[in-house]
Amino acid sequence: MKKRVQVKKDVQIKREGIQLKKTLFIGSAVLLVLVFVIGIFLYESERLDKSAKAAAENQAFLVREHAPRLGPADAKVHLVEFFDPACGTCREFYPLVKDLMKANRDKISLSLRYAPFHAGSDNVVRILEAARKQGKFWETLEAVLASQPFWAPNHKAQVELLWPQLGKLGLDFERIRRDMYAPEIDSIIKQDLADAKALNVTMTPEFFVNGRPLADFGYPQLKKLVNDAVAKAY
Amino acid sequence: MNTSEPKERDHSQESTWTLVFLAWLIASVSALGALFLSQVMGIAPCVLCWYQRIFMFPLVFILAAGLFPFDARLVRYALPLTVVGWMIALFHVLVVADVIPENIRPCAQGIPCKDQQIEWFGFLTIPLLSLIAFSLIGLLLLLTYFKASK
Repeated sequence: MKKRVQVKKDVQIKREGIQLKKTLFIGSAVLLVLVFVIGIFLYESERLDKSAKAAAENQAFLVREHAPRLGPADAKVHLVEFFDPACGTCREFYPLVKDLMKANRDKISLSLRYAPFHAGSDNVVRILEAARKQGKFWETLEAVLASQPFWAPNHKAQVELLWPQLGKLGLDFERIRRDMYAPEIDSIIKQDLADAKALNVTMTPEFFVNGRPLADFGYPQLKKLVNDAVAKAY
Repeated sequence: MNTSEPKERDHSQESTWTLVFLAWLIASVSALGALFLSQVMGIAPCVLCWYQRIFMFPLVFILAAGLFPFDARLVRYALPLTVVGWMIALFHVLVVADVIPENIRPCAQGIPCKDQQIEWFGFLTIPLLSLIAFSLIGLLLLLTYFKASK
């Protein structure tokens, strides 16, 4: 009799033990995930604070004379995009940004700044700048972005693969090869990278609308920020 | 005598369970930490980091599966992963510490494995954290093995 009671008790202790273990396990899992999610929020809000502050303090870094510009100079909404020609998201955003420009014709202007973070993509920036000297910047940019999968395999920009993609633009390749290593192009790339750093731009593309960074990355968010700025200015 | 026997065994199982649970906690913190570094902070993992992830991430699930119901044989499945992960972490630490010469480094392409974006307290780098995690998990699993085979 006594023995049976003892066994029963043991079974009960065991069952309680398993319950406790399960609670401990699930509790820990939930806690870990919770800490992870809270960490994301804290980190993102701090990053946003930092970049908003950096942008506010460094307005001068945002707008440079040398940056290629599209749209009327007197437009009241100024969109600045830091981009990397080898970046896939930049490629996807290009037509979207063009749509935004079209939808707000005469009200918005776009400045492009370089942030060649991918290996080898600074050479692509050089080609863009050299093509600009021949008055073919935007055509070249479109061809570069359109053919990106061909010349940037594995996220590594390879100029040799890019040349054949630019054949139809009527560019003077001899001149490009001569111009692309000019010291003024060196200094443009250097300046843009330094400005990107000062403005806390760590990923591409990064957009600033009238000096305000995009809080949460995405096309709907960019569209909203632009539309709000247009509504405010006009 | 009869009643105290199973109770005794229960007790030792209790402590081995805790060992594996701790190993699972370490693996989970490491996996989530790695994801935080790459997905939230945007630090791209280098080749060696990827190999360590390959051996760390499955531990979270294998160890959890061995906890309910508790099965001490999980050591057989989890320890090989831990040992290989540990060796890669050690290799990575040695690369960072400049002990391993340039020509046998496998990270020529893409993100350099030697560059360290994080150095907590002046010495705690990501590969060192990984090595510590793999070492602790390995120790806990070895302890589990010896306790369970007793």
